[in-house]
Amino acid sequence: MKPHSDTAVPGARLDIVPLLVVPAVALAAVAFIPSLPTWVTLTVAGLAMGMMIFIMASGLTLVFGLMDVMNFAHGAFISVGAFVAASVLVPMKSSMQEPSALANLSAIAPAILAAMMVAGLLGWFFERVVIRPVYGDHLKQILVTMGGLIVAEQMIHVIWGPDVIPLPRPAFFSGAITFGEVAVERYRLLAVAVGIAVFAAMFLVLNRTRLGLLIRAGVENPEMVESLGYRIRRLFVGVFVAGSGLAGLGGVMWAMYQESVQSNMGMQMMVLIFIVIIIGGLGSVGGCFVGALLVGLVANYAGYLAPKLALGSNILLMVLILLWRPRGLYPIGKA
Amino acid sequence: MLALSGVNTHINLYHILQGVDLVVPRGELTMLLGRNGAGKTTTLRTIMGLWRASAGRIDLGGADIAGMATPSVAQLGVAYVPENMSIFAGLTVRENLLLAARERSFDESRLARIFKLFPAMQKFWNSLAGNLSGGQKQMLAISRAIVEPRRLLLIDEPTKGLAPAIIANMIEAFRELKLETTILLVEQNFNVARELGDSVAVMDSGRVVHSGRMADLARDEALQTRLLGLSLDSHQ
Ligand SMILES: Nc1ncnc2c1ncn2[C@@H]1O[C@H](COP(=O)(O)OP(=O)(O)O)[C@@H](O)[C@H]1O
Ligand SMILES: [Mg+2]
Repeated sequence: MKPHSDTAVPGARLDIVPLLVVPAVALAAVAFIPSLPTWVTLTVAGLAMGMMIFIMASGLTLVFGLMDVMNFAHGAFISVGAFVAASVLVPMKSSMQEPSALANLSAIAPAILAAMMVAGLLGWFFERVVIRPVYGDHLKQILVTMGGLIVAEQMIHVIWGPDVIPLPRPAFFSGAITFGEVAVERYRLLAVAVGIAVFAAMFLVLNRTRLGLLIRAGVENPEMVESLGYRIRRLFVGVFVAGSGLAGLGGVMWAMYQESVQSNMGMQMMVLIFIVIIIGGLGSVGGCFVGALLVGLVANYAGYLAPKLALGSNILLMVLILLWRPRGLYPIGKA
Repeated sequence: MLALSGVNTHINLYHILQGVDLVVPRGELTMLLGRNGAGKTTTLRTIMGLWRASAGRIDLGGADIAGMATPSVAQLGVAYVPENMSIFAGLTVRENLLLAARERSFDESRLARIFKLFPAMQKFWNSLAGNLSGGQKQMLAISRAIVEPRRLLLIDEPTKGLAPAIIANMIEAFRELKLETTILLVEQNFNVARELGDSVAVMDSGRVVHSGRMADLARDEALQTRLLGLSLDSHQ
Protein backbone atom coordinates (compact mmCIF):
# COMPACT_ATOMS: atom_id res chain seq x y z
CA MET A 1 0.00 0.00 0.00
CA LYS A 2 1.22 3.50 -0.80
CA PRO A 3 1.76 5.89 2.07
CA HIS A 4 -1.14 8.29 2.27
CA SER A 5 -0.66 12.01 2.08
CA ASP A 6 -2.25 14.25 4.63
CA THR A 7 -4.50 16.22 2.32
CA ALA A 8 -8.18 15.54 1.96
CA VAL A 9 -10.59 16.60 -0.71
CA PRO A 10 -13.92 17.12 1.01
CA GLY A 11 -16.45 16.64 -1.75
CA ALA A 12 -20.07 17.63 -2.09
CA ARG A 13 -22.51 15.58 -0.04
CA LEU A 14 -24.90 14.99 -2.89
CA ASP A 15 -23.93 13.29 -6.13
CA ILE A 16 -26.23 15.12 -8.53
CA VAL A 17 -25.46 13.22 -11.75
CA PRO A 18 -27.79 10.22 -11.22
CA LEU A 19 -30.56 12.65 -10.33
CA LEU A 20 -30.19 14.31 -13.72
CA VAL A 21 -30.83 11.02 -15.48
CA VAL A 22 -34.54 11.34 -14.64
CA PRO A 23 -35.14 14.60 -16.58
CA ALA A 24 -32.74 13.35 -19.26
CA VAL A 25 -34.87 10.26 -19.85
CA ALA A 26 -38.05 12.36 -19.86
CA LEU A 27 -36.59 14.81 -22.38
CA ALA A 28 -35.22 12.03 -24.57
CA ALA A 29 -38.73 10.60 -24.75
CA VAL A 30 -39.97 13.83 -26.36
CA ALA A 31 -38.06 12.84 -29.48
CA PHE A 32 -40.03 9.60 -29.82
CA ILE A 33 -43.45 10.81 -28.73
CA PRO A 34 -44.68 13.37 -31.24
CA SER A 35 -47.76 14.59 -29.36
CA LEU A 36 -47.01 16.82 -26.38
CA PRO A 37 -50.24 16.02 -24.49
CA THR A 38 -49.46 12.32 -24.82
CA TRP A 39 -45.96 12.92 -23.52
CA VAL A 40 -47.27 14.85 -20.52
CA THR A 41 -49.80 12.11 -19.74
CA LEU A 42 -47.16 9.39 -19.99
CA THR A 43 -44.67 11.36 -17.92
CA VAL A 44 -47.14 12.01 -15.11
CA ALA A 45 -48.24 8.37 -15.24
CA GLY A 46 -44.59 7.30 -15.08
CA LEU A 47 -43.83 9.53 -12.12
CA ALA A 48 -46.96 8.33 -10.30
CA MET A 49 -46.05 4.70 -10.91
CA GLY A 50 -42.49 5.41 -9.81
CA MET A 51 -43.68 6.99 -6.57
CA MET A 52 -45.84 3.98 -5.76
CA ILE A 53 -42.99 1.58 -6.51
CA PHE A 54 -40.75 3.69 -4.30
CA ILE A 55 -43.19 3.42 -1.40
CA MET A 56 -43.24 -0.36 -1.81
CA ALA A 57 -39.48 -0.75 -2.32
CA SER A 58 -37.98 1.70 0.18
CA GLY A 59 -38.20 -0.61 3.19
CA LEU A 60 -36.77 -3.56 1.29
CA THR A 61 -33.62 -1.73 0.29
CA LEU A 62 -32.91 -0.81 3.94
CA VAL A 63 -33.61 -4.37 5.04
CA PHE A 64 -31.08 -5.61 2.54
CA GLY A 65 -28.57 -2.95 3.51
CA LEU A 66 -28.80 -3.58 7.24
CA MET A 67 -28.79 -7.35 7.49
CA ASP A 68 -27.97 -8.55 3.97
CA VAL A 69 -31.38 -10.19 3.88
CA MET A 70 -33.03 -11.07 0.57
CA ASN A 71 -36.75 -11.02 1.24
CA PHE A 72 -38.88 -12.11 -1.72
CA ALA A 73 -41.87 -12.32 0.61
CA HIS A 74 -41.95 -8.52 0.72
CA GLY A 75 -44.60 -8.85 -2.01
CA ALA A 76 -46.91 -10.50 0.51
CA PHE A 77 -47.01 -7.30 2.58
CA ILE A 78 -48.07 -5.41 -0.57
CA SER A 79 -50.94 -7.78 -1.32
CA VAL A 80 -52.11 -8.10 2.28
CA GLY A 81 -52.15 -4.31 2.66
CA ALA A 82 -54.36 -3.98 -0.40
CA PHE A 83 -56.80 -6.68 0.76
CA VAL A 84 -57.10 -5.24 4.24
CA ALA A 85 -57.84 -1.81 2.78
CA ALA A 86 -60.43 -3.30 0.45
CA SER A 87 -62.16 -4.94 3.43
CA VAL A 88 -62.19 -1.69 5.37
CA LEU A 89 -63.53 0.26 2.40
CA VAL A 90 -66.49 -2.02 1.59
CA PRO A 91 -68.71 -0.68 4.40
CA MET A 92 -67.58 2.89 3.63
CA LYS A 93 -68.68 2.75 0.03
CA SER A 94 -70.91 5.80 0.34
CA SER A 95 -68.14 8.07 1.62
CA MET A 96 -65.98 6.90 -1.26
CA GLN A 97 -68.67 7.87 -3.77
CA GLU A 98 -69.20 11.38 -2.47
CA PRO A 99 -67.47 13.95 -4.66
CA SER A 100 -65.84 15.66 -1.67
CA ALA A 101 -62.17 15.13 -0.99
CA LEU A 102 -62.77 15.26 2.74
CA ALA A 103 -65.39 12.53 2.68
CA ASN A 104 -63.12 10.36 0.53
CA LEU A 105 -60.17 10.85 2.82
CA SER A 106 -62.26 10.01 5.88
CA ALA A 107 -62.70 6.56 4.35
CA ILE A 108 -59.22 6.17 2.88
CA ALA A 109 -57.36 7.22 6.03
CA PRO A 110 -58.62 4.40 8.27
CA ALA A 111 -58.24 1.93 5.41
CA ILE A 112 -54.61 2.91 4.93
CA LEU A 113 -53.95 2.88 8.65
CA ALA A 114 -55.38 -0.63 8.95
CA ALA A 115 -53.42 -1.80 5.90
CA MET A 116 -50.14 -0.46 7.25
CA MET A 117 -50.75 -1.90 10.71
CA VAL A 118 -51.64 -5.37 9.49
CA ALA A 119 -48.76 -5.40 6.99
CA GLY A 120 -46.40 -4.19 9.73
CA LEU A 121 -47.61 -6.86 12.15
CA LEU A 122 -47.26 -9.50 9.49
CA GLY A 123 -43.73 -8.21 8.89
CA TRP A 124 -42.90 -8.50 12.57
CA PHE A 125 -44.22 -12.07 12.68
CA PHE A 126 -42.41 -12.93 9.45
CA GLU A 127 -39.08 -11.60 10.67
CA ARG A 128 -39.27 -13.68 13.84
CA VAL A 129 -40.48 -16.92 12.34
CA VAL A 130 -39.14 -17.03 8.80
CA ILE A 131 -36.18 -14.64 8.43
CA ARG A 132 -34.41 -14.99 11.76
CA PRO A 133 -33.45 -18.66 11.34
CA VAL A 134 -31.80 -17.97 7.97
CA TYR A 135 -29.66 -14.90 8.74
CA GLY A 136 -26.44 -14.92 6.79
CA ASP A 137 -27.48 -17.57 4.26
CA HIS A 138 -28.68 -16.08 0.96
CA LEU A 139 -29.68 -19.35 -0.68
CA LYS A 140 -31.88 -20.36 2.25
CA GLN A 141 -33.32 -16.83 2.38
CA ILE A 142 -34.38 -17.01 -1.27
CA LEU A 143 -35.97 -20.44 -0.84
CA VAL A 144 -37.66 -19.69 2.47
CA THR A 145 -39.00 -16.26 1.54
CA MET A 146 -40.22 -17.51 -1.86
CA GLY A 147 -42.05 -20.20 0.05
CA GLY A 148 -43.39 -17.58 2.43
CA LEU A 149 -44.74 -15.54 -0.47
CA ILE A 150 -46.57 -18.57 -1.89
CA VAL A 151 -48.02 -19.49 1.51
CA ALA A 152 -49.15 -15.89 2.03
CA GLU A 153 -50.91 -15.90 -1.35
CA GLN A 154 -52.72 -19.10 -0.40
CA MET A 155 -53.72 -17.58 2.94
CA ILE A 156 -55.19 -14.62 1.05
CA HIS A 157 -57.24 -17.07 -1.02
CA VAL A 158 -58.50 -18.67 2.17
CA ILE A 159 -59.44 -15.38 3.84
CA TRP A 160 -60.64 -13.25 0.93
CA GLY A 161 -61.48 -15.90 -1.67
CA PRO A 162 -59.87 -16.50 -5.05
CA ASP A 163 -61.67 -13.75 -6.99
CA VAL A 164 -60.37 -10.37 -8.01
CA ILE A 165 -61.96 -7.72 -5.77
CA PRO A 166 -62.88 -4.45 -7.45
CA LEU A 167 -61.57 -1.40 -5.66
CA PRO A 168 -62.90 1.79 -7.27
CA ARG A 169 -60.96 4.99 -6.89
CA PRO A 170 -62.52 7.54 -4.57
CA ALA A 171 -64.88 9.86 -6.46
CA PHE A 172 -62.93 13.09 -5.96
CA PHE A 173 -59.71 11.51 -7.21
CA SER A 174 -61.13 9.63 -10.18
CA GLY A 175 -61.47 12.28 -12.85
CA ALA A 176 -58.83 14.17 -14.74
CA ILE A 177 -57.80 17.80 -14.66
CA THR A 178 -57.40 19.32 -18.09
CA PHE A 179 -55.09 22.13 -19.10
CA GLY A 180 -55.95 22.85 -22.73
CA GLU A 181 -55.27 19.59 -24.54
CA VAL A 182 -53.38 18.07 -21.66
CA ALA A 183 -55.32 15.82 -19.28
CA VAL A 184 -53.81 14.71 -16.00
CA GLU A 185 -55.55 12.10 -13.87
CA ARG A 186 -56.14 13.34 -10.35
CA TYR A 187 -55.26 10.02 -8.81
CA ARG A 188 -51.81 10.21 -10.36
CA LEU A 189 -51.27 13.60 -8.75
CA LEU A 190 -52.34 12.11 -5.43
CA ALA A 191 -49.86 9.26 -5.88
CA VAL A 192 -47.08 11.74 -6.64
CA ALA A 193 -47.98 13.78 -3.55
CA VAL A 194 -48.03 10.72 -1.27
CA GLY A 195 -44.73 9.49 -2.73
CA ILE A 196 -43.06 12.85 -2.13
CA ALA A 197 -44.43 12.94 1.41
CA VAL A 198 -43.07 9.45 2.19
CA PHE A 199 -39.71 10.31 0.68
CA ALA A 200 -39.51 13.57 2.62
CA ALA A 201 -40.42 11.82 5.87
CA MET A 202 -37.80 9.12 5.32
CA PHE A 203 -35.25 11.71 4.34
CA LEU A 204 -35.86 13.68 7.54
CA VAL A 205 -35.73 10.62 9.76
CA LEU A 206 -32.56 9.35 8.10
CA ASN A 207 -30.74 12.68 8.05
CA ARG A 208 -32.01 14.60 11.03
CA THR A 209 -32.44 12.05 13.81
CA ARG A 210 -30.16 9.85 15.84
CA LEU A 211 -32.18 6.81 14.78
CA GLY A 212 -31.54 7.75 11.16
CA LEU A 213 -27.84 8.16 11.87
CA LEU A 214 -27.78 4.64 13.30
CA ILE A 215 -29.63 3.23 10.30
CA ARG A 216 -27.28 4.92 7.82
CA ALA A 217 -24.25 3.69 9.72
CA GLY A 218 -25.74 0.22 10.07
CA VAL A 219 -26.39 -0.07 6.35
CA GLU A 220 -22.75 0.78 5.73
CA ASN A 221 -21.14 -1.41 8.39
CA PRO A 222 -23.39 -3.27 10.85
CA GLU A 223 -20.47 -4.91 12.61
CA MET A 224 -18.92 -1.55 13.51
CA VAL A 225 -22.24 -0.25 14.79
CA GLU A 226 -22.36 -3.25 17.13
CA SER A 227 -18.78 -2.57 18.17
CA LEU A 228 -19.89 0.91 19.24
CA GLY A 229 -22.41 -0.67 21.58
CA TYR A 230 -25.69 -0.68 19.63
CA ARG A 231 -27.89 -3.73 19.08
CA ILE A 232 -28.27 -3.88 15.32
CA ARG A 233 -30.89 -6.66 15.53
CA ARG A 234 -33.35 -4.37 17.30
CA LEU A 235 -32.79 -1.66 14.75
CA PHE A 236 -33.27 -4.21 12.00
CA VAL A 237 -36.60 -5.45 13.37
CA GLY A 238 -37.83 -1.85 13.59
CA VAL A 239 -36.83 -1.14 10.01
CA PHE A 240 -38.33 -4.44 8.84
CA VAL A 241 -41.68 -3.64 10.43
CA ALA A 242 -41.71 -0.05 9.13
CA GLY A 243 -40.74 -1.29 5.65
CA SER A 244 -43.54 -3.86 5.72
CA GLY A 245 -46.01 -1.17 6.72
CA LEU A 246 -44.87 1.01 3.83
CA ALA A 247 -45.24 -1.96 1.48
CA GLY A 248 -48.84 -2.19 2.71
CA LEU A 249 -49.36 1.51 1.96
CA GLY A 250 -47.87 1.04 -1.50
CA GLY A 251 -50.19 -1.93 -2.02
CA VAL A 252 -53.29 0.15 -1.25
CA MET A 253 -52.16 2.96 -3.55
CA TRP A 254 -51.36 0.53 -6.38
CA ALA A 255 -54.61 -1.41 -6.00
CA MET A 256 -56.67 1.79 -6.25
CA TYR A 257 -54.63 2.77 -9.28
CA GLN A 258 -55.48 -0.58 -10.89
CA GLU A 259 -59.01 -0.35 -9.43
CA SER A 260 -58.80 -3.97 -8.31
CA VAL A 261 -57.11 -6.19 -5.76
CA GLN A 262 -55.73 -9.62 -6.57
CA SER A 263 -53.64 -12.03 -4.60
CA ASN A 264 -50.71 -12.16 -7.02
CA MET A 265 -50.25 -8.38 -7.25
CA GLY A 266 -47.39 -8.45 -4.76
CA MET A 267 -45.55 -11.11 -6.67
CA GLN A 268 -46.01 -9.15 -9.91
CA MET A 269 -44.55 -6.01 -8.36
CA MET A 270 -41.51 -7.79 -6.94
CA VAL A 271 -39.74 -7.92 -10.31
CA LEU A 272 -39.92 -4.15 -10.70
CA ILE A 273 -39.05 -3.62 -7.04
CA PHE A 274 -35.88 -5.69 -7.32
CA ILE A 275 -34.89 -3.83 -10.48
CA VAL A 276 -35.43 -0.55 -8.62
CA ILE A 277 -33.35 -1.38 -5.57
CA ILE A 278 -30.54 -2.80 -7.71
CA ILE A 279 -30.52 0.29 -9.94
CA GLY A 280 -30.56 2.57 -6.91
CA GLY A 281 -27.71 0.84 -5.08
CA LEU A 282 -28.61 -1.72 -2.41
CA GLY A 283 -29.35 0.01 0.87
CA SER A 284 -29.76 3.52 -0.55
CA VAL A 285 -33.13 5.20 -0.03
CA GLY A 286 -32.21 8.11 -2.30
CA GLY A 287 -31.09 5.68 -4.98
CA CYS A 288 -34.31 3.74 -4.57
CA PHE A 289 -36.28 6.95 -5.15
CA VAL A 290 -34.39 7.90 -8.33
CA GLY A 291 -34.44 4.28 -9.54
CA ALA A 292 -38.20 4.02 -8.99
CA LEU A 293 -38.88 7.20 -10.99
CA LEU A 294 -36.70 5.92 -13.85
CA VAL A 295 -38.44 2.55 -13.88
CA GLY A 296 -41.88 4.21 -13.78
CA LEU A 297 -41.05 6.54 -16.67
CA VAL A 298 -39.41 3.88 -18.82
CA ALA A 299 -42.30 1.45 -18.22
CA ASN A 300 -44.82 4.04 -19.38
CA TYR A 301 -42.89 5.32 -22.39
CA ALA A 302 -42.10 1.79 -23.50
CA GLY A 303 -45.67 0.66 -22.85
CA TYR A 304 -46.81 3.32 -25.31
CA LEU A 305 -44.07 2.97 -27.93
CA ALA A 306 -43.57 -0.80 -27.87
CA PRO A 307 -46.08 -2.48 -25.55
CA LYS A 308 -44.55 -5.91 -26.04
CA LEU A 309 -41.21 -4.73 -24.72
CA ALA A 310 -42.50 -3.05 -21.56
CA LEU A 311 -40.83 -5.36 -19.01
CA GLY A 312 -37.79 -5.95 -21.21
CA SER A 313 -37.25 -2.19 -21.33
CA ASN A 314 -36.76 -2.06 -17.57
CA ILE A 315 -34.32 -4.93 -17.61
CA LEU A 316 -32.45 -3.10 -20.37
CA LEU A 317 -32.49 0.03 -18.21
CA MET A 318 -30.99 -1.94 -15.33
CA VAL A 319 -28.26 -3.40 -17.54
CA LEU A 320 -27.35 0.04 -18.91
CA ILE A 321 -27.19 1.61 -15.47
CA LEU A 322 -25.08 -1.22 -14.08
CA LEU A 323 -22.69 -0.89 -17.01
CA TRP A 324 -22.34 2.78 -16.09
CA ARG A 325 -22.32 2.31 -12.31
CA PRO A 326 -21.79 -1.35 -11.43
CA ARG A 327 -23.02 -0.96 -7.84
CA GLY A 328 -26.04 1.16 -8.68
CA LEU A 329 -26.68 4.90 -8.85
CA TYR A 330 -25.88 5.56 -5.21
CA PRO A 331 -23.58 2.78 -3.99
CA ILE A 332 -23.25 2.47 -0.23
CA GLY A 333 -19.59 2.29 0.73
CA LYS A 334 -19.13 -0.94 2.63
CA ALA A 335 -15.74 -0.05 4.04
CA MET B 1 -7.64 -5.28 33.43
CA LEU B 2 -7.93 -7.91 30.70
CA ALA B 3 -6.79 -11.51 30.90
CA LEU B 4 -7.29 -14.25 28.34
CA SER B 5 -6.65 -17.82 29.38
CA GLY B 6 -6.76 -20.81 27.08
CA VAL B 7 -8.84 -18.97 24.48
CA ASN B 8 -9.69 -21.01 21.40
CA THR B 9 -11.44 -19.60 18.35
CA HIS B 10 -12.69 -21.44 15.30
CA ILE B 11 -13.57 -19.61 12.10
CA ASN B 12 -15.78 -21.94 10.09
CA LEU B 13 -13.80 -25.19 10.14
CA TYR B 14 -10.43 -23.64 10.89
CA HIS B 15 -8.97 -23.75 14.35
CA ILE B 16 -7.37 -20.28 14.46
CA LEU B 17 -6.68 -19.44 18.10
CA GLN B 18 -5.27 -22.48 19.88
CA GLY B 19 -5.15 -21.56 23.53
CA VAL B 20 -4.23 -17.88 23.82
CA ASP B 21 -2.97 -16.72 27.22
CA LEU B 22 -2.59 -12.96 27.43
CA VAL B 23 -2.55 -10.42 30.24
CA VAL B 24 -3.10 -6.72 29.65
CA PRO B 25 -2.23 -4.87 32.88
CA ARG B 26 -4.37 -1.92 33.91
CA GLY B 27 -3.04 1.47 32.88
CA GLU B 28 -0.39 0.03 30.57
CA LEU B 29 0.04 -0.05 26.85
CA THR B 30 0.51 -3.66 25.81
CA MET B 31 1.92 -4.37 22.37
CA LEU B 32 0.64 -7.44 20.53
CA LEU B 33 3.21 -8.43 17.93
CA GLY B 34 3.63 -11.34 15.55
CA ARG B 35 3.97 -12.30 11.92
CA ASN B 36 1.15 -11.89 9.43
CA GLY B 37 -1.45 -14.56 10.04
CA ALA B 38 -0.32 -15.21 13.62
CA GLY B 39 -3.82 -14.52 14.95
CA LYS B 40 -3.57 -10.95 16.31
CA THR B 41 -6.70 -9.64 14.57
CA THR B 42 -8.59 -12.80 15.49
CA THR B 43 -7.61 -12.25 19.12
CA LEU B 44 -9.00 -8.70 19.12
CA ARG B 45 -12.18 -9.80 17.34
CA THR B 46 -12.65 -12.59 19.86
CA ILE B 47 -12.31 -10.16 22.76
CA MET B 48 -14.91 -7.92 21.06
CA GLY B 49 -17.28 -10.86 20.65
CA LEU B 50 -17.13 -10.59 16.86
CA TRP B 51 -15.87 -14.18 16.82
CA ARG B 52 -17.07 -16.50 19.53
CA ALA B 53 -14.45 -18.22 21.65
CA SER B 54 -15.06 -21.98 21.56
CA ALA B 55 -13.14 -22.50 24.79
CA GLY B 56 -11.30 -20.47 27.41
CA ARG B 57 -11.95 -17.47 29.58
CA ILE B 58 -11.79 -13.75 28.80
CA ASP B 59 -11.71 -11.77 32.01
CA LEU B 60 -12.44 -8.05 31.90
CA GLY B 61 -12.07 -6.37 35.26
CA GLY B 62 -13.32 -9.50 37.04
CA ALA B 63 -16.16 -10.51 34.70
CA ASP B 64 -16.00 -13.30 32.13
CA ILE B 65 -16.95 -11.75 28.81
CA ALA B 66 -16.28 -14.80 26.61
CA GLY B 67 -19.47 -15.48 24.68
CA MET B 68 -20.92 -12.04 25.38
CA ALA B 69 -22.56 -10.21 22.47
CA THR B 70 -20.50 -7.44 20.87
CA PRO B 71 -22.74 -4.52 21.98
CA SER B 72 -22.53 -5.72 25.59
CA VAL B 73 -18.74 -5.87 25.45
CA ALA B 74 -18.71 -2.34 24.04
CA GLN B 75 -21.05 -1.16 26.78
CA LEU B 76 -18.61 -2.46 29.37
CA GLY B 77 -16.22 0.19 28.09
CA VAL B 78 -14.20 -1.56 25.41
CA ALA B 79 -13.50 0.44 22.25
CA TYR B 80 -12.29 -1.22 19.06
CA VAL B 81 -10.34 0.31 16.18
CA PRO B 82 -10.32 -2.41 13.50
CA GLU B 83 -7.53 -3.07 11.04
CA ASN B 84 -9.53 -1.59 8.13
CA MET B 85 -10.62 1.33 10.37
CA SER B 86 -14.32 0.79 9.50
CA ILE B 87 -15.15 4.44 9.55
CA PHE B 88 -18.59 5.25 8.11
CA ALA B 89 -17.68 6.72 4.72
CA GLY B 90 -21.14 8.10 4.01
CA LEU B 91 -21.29 10.00 7.31
CA THR B 92 -19.49 13.21 8.17
CA VAL B 93 -16.63 13.35 10.65
CA ARG B 94 -19.04 14.87 13.15
CA GLU B 95 -21.64 12.14 12.62
CA ASN B 96 -19.01 9.41 12.98
CA LEU B 97 -18.01 10.81 16.35
CA LEU B 98 -21.60 11.48 17.41
CA LEU B 99 -22.41 7.77 16.99
CA ALA B 100 -19.60 6.88 19.37
CA ALA B 101 -20.94 9.37 21.93
CA ARG B 102 -23.44 7.18 23.70
CA GLU B 103 -24.37 10.12 25.91
CA ARG B 104 -25.81 11.60 22.68
CA SER B 105 -23.85 14.82 23.00
CA PHE B 106 -20.20 15.72 23.01
CA ASP B 107 -18.09 16.33 26.06
CA GLU B 108 -16.54 19.60 24.94
CA SER B 109 -13.29 19.14 26.80
CA ARG B 110 -12.70 15.69 25.27
CA LEU B 111 -13.56 17.09 21.86
CA ALA B 112 -11.07 19.90 22.36
CA ARG B 113 -8.43 17.32 23.17
CA ILE B 114 -9.22 15.31 20.04
CA PHE B 115 -8.85 18.48 17.98
CA LYS B 116 -5.52 19.16 19.62
CA LEU B 117 -4.26 15.63 18.91
CA PHE B 118 -5.70 15.56 15.38
CA PRO B 119 -6.37 19.08 14.03
CA ALA B 120 -7.69 17.57 10.78
CA MET B 121 -10.78 16.38 12.66
CA GLN B 122 -11.76 19.97 13.36
CA LYS B 123 -10.85 21.14 9.89
CA PHE B 124 -12.97 18.48 8.17
CA TRP B 125 -15.69 18.41 10.85
CA ASN B 126 -18.53 18.52 8.32
CA SER B 127 -16.84 16.62 5.48
CA LEU B 128 -17.77 13.10 4.52
CA ALA B 129 -15.42 10.64 6.16
CA GLY B 130 -15.10 8.80 2.85
CA ASN B 131 -13.31 11.84 1.41
CA LEU B 132 -10.59 11.90 4.05
CA SER B 133 -7.04 10.71 3.33
CA GLY B 134 -5.91 7.36 4.71
CA GLY B 135 -4.14 8.96 7.65
CA GLN B 136 -7.12 11.12 8.50
CA LYS B 137 -9.43 8.10 8.36
CA GLN B 138 -7.17 6.39 10.89
CA MET B 139 -7.24 9.50 13.08
CA LEU B 140 -11.03 9.49 12.88
CA ALA B 141 -11.16 5.81 13.83
CA ILE B 142 -9.02 6.52 16.89
CA SER B 143 -10.97 9.67 17.78
CA ARG B 144 -14.15 7.62 17.65
CA ALA B 145 -12.70 5.28 20.26
CA ILE B 146 -11.87 8.10 22.69
CA VAL B 147 -14.79 10.47 22.27
CA GLU B 148 -15.96 9.20 25.64
CA PRO B 149 -13.81 7.68 28.37
CA ARG B 150 -13.27 3.92 27.82
CA ARG B 151 -11.64 1.34 30.06
CA LEU B 152 -9.84 -0.51 27.31
CA LEU B 153 -8.84 0.36 23.75
CA LEU B 154 -8.20 -2.42 21.22
CA ILE B 155 -6.31 -0.97 18.26
CA ASP B 156 -5.31 -3.02 15.22
CA GLU B 157 -2.32 -1.89 13.11
CA PRO B 158 -3.01 1.85 13.20
CA THR B 159 0.17 2.85 11.35
CA LYS B 160 -0.23 0.46 8.42
CA GLY B 161 0.44 2.25 5.15
CA LEU B 162 0.87 5.69 6.68
CA ALA B 163 3.56 8.27 5.94
CA PRO B 164 6.29 8.78 8.60
CA ALA B 165 5.02 12.23 9.62
CA ILE B 166 1.58 10.82 10.36
CA ILE B 167 3.07 7.87 12.23
CA ALA B 168 4.87 10.38 14.45
CA ASN B 169 1.54 12.09 15.10
CA MET B 170 0.00 8.72 16.02
CA ILE B 171 2.82 7.88 18.43
CA GLU B 172 2.29 11.26 20.06
CA ALA B 173 -1.42 10.55 20.44
CA PHE B 174 -0.95 7.07 21.92
CA ARG B 175 1.60 8.36 24.35
CA GLU B 176 -1.01 10.76 25.66
CA LEU B 177 -3.83 8.22 25.61
CA LYS B 178 -1.98 5.67 27.65
CA LEU B 179 -1.96 8.13 30.54
CA GLU B 180 -5.73 7.78 30.91
CA THR B 181 -6.64 4.28 29.79
CA THR B 182 -5.48 0.73 29.13
CA ILE B 183 -4.47 -0.08 25.57
CA LEU B 184 -3.87 -3.29 23.62
CA LEU B 185 -2.11 -2.29 20.42
CA VAL B 186 -1.35 -4.54 17.45
CA GLU B 187 1.61 -3.28 15.46
CA GLN B 188 3.86 -4.50 12.63
CA ASN B 189 6.21 -1.55 12.90
CA PHE B 190 8.79 -2.46 15.53
CA ASN B 191 9.97 1.11 15.98
CA VAL B 192 6.47 2.16 16.98
CA ALA B 193 6.29 -0.80 19.38
CA ARG B 194 9.62 0.12 20.93
CA GLU B 195 8.53 3.73 21.41
CA LEU B 196 5.21 2.98 23.03
CA GLY B 197 5.06 -0.45 24.59
CA ASP B 198 5.11 -1.04 28.35
CA SER B 199 4.49 -4.75 28.12
CA VAL B 200 4.50 -7.00 25.07
CA ALA B 201 3.06 -10.28 23.86
CA VAL B 202 4.19 -12.03 20.72
CA MET B 203 1.91 -14.42 18.85
CA ASP B 204 2.66 -17.22 16.46
CA SER B 205 0.31 -19.80 14.93
CA GLY B 206 -2.62 -18.92 17.14
CA ARG B 207 -0.74 -18.85 20.45
CA VAL B 208 1.12 -16.32 22.56
CA VAL B 209 4.73 -17.50 22.41
CA HIS B 210 6.36 -14.75 24.44
CA SER B 211 5.26 -12.17 26.94
CA GLY B 212 7.22 -9.75 29.05
CA ARG B 213 8.37 -6.13 29.20
CA MET B 214 8.73 -4.26 25.92
CA ALA B 215 12.04 -2.75 27.02
CA ASP B 216 13.53 -6.23 27.50
CA LEU B 217 12.47 -7.37 24.04
CA ALA B 218 13.74 -4.13 22.50
CA ARG B 219 17.17 -4.82 23.96
CA ASP B 220 17.39 -8.48 22.94
CA GLU B 221 17.98 -8.64 19.20
CA ALA B 222 18.43 -12.40 19.14
CA LEU B 223 15.01 -12.85 20.72
CA GLN B 224 13.47 -10.41 18.25
CA THR B 225 14.82 -12.34 15.32
CA ARG B 226 13.68 -15.65 16.76
CA LEU B 227 10.16 -14.39 17.51
CA LEU B 228 9.50 -12.02 14.67
CA GLY B 229 12.03 -13.05 12.02
CA LEU B 230 12.63 -10.63 9.25
CA SER B 231 9.19 -9.10 9.50
CA LEU B 232 10.39 -6.24 11.68
CA ASP B 233 13.08 -4.96 9.37
CA SER B 234 10.98 -5.07 6.26
CA HIS B 235 8.72 -2.34 7.60
CA GLN B 236 11.00 0.45 8.67
N1 LIG C 1 -12.63 -14.90 8.07
C1 LIG C 1 -11.65 -15.82 8.05
N2 LIG C 1 -11.89 -17.03 7.48
C2 LIG C 1 -10.94 -17.97 7.45
N3 LIG C 1 -9.70 -17.82 7.97
C3 LIG C 1 -9.42 -16.64 8.54
C4 LIG C 1 -10.36 -15.58 8.61
N4 LIG C 1 -9.79 -14.54 9.25
C5 LIG C 1 -8.53 -14.93 9.54
N5 LIG C 1 -8.30 -16.18 9.13
C6 LIG C 1 -7.06 -16.94 9.28
O1 LIG C 1 -6.70 -16.88 10.64
C7 LIG C 1 -5.29 -16.74 10.78
C8 LIG C 1 -5.00 -15.55 11.65
O2 LIG C 1 -5.43 -14.38 11.00
P1 LIG C 1 -5.34 -12.95 11.67
O3 LIG C 1 -5.89 -13.03 13.05
O4 LIG C 1 -5.97 -11.99 10.74
O5 LIG C 1 -3.77 -12.73 11.72
P2 LIG C 1 -2.94 -11.40 11.99
O6 LIG C 1 -3.88 -10.31 12.36
O7 LIG C 1 -2.01 -11.78 13.07
O8 LIG C 1 -2.21 -11.10 10.72
C9 LIG C 1 -4.72 -16.61 9.37
O9 LIG C 1 -4.19 -17.84 8.99
C10 LIG C 1 -5.91 -16.28 8.53
O10 LIG C 1 -5.77 -16.83 7.25
MG1 LIG D 1 -4.27 -8.55 11.42
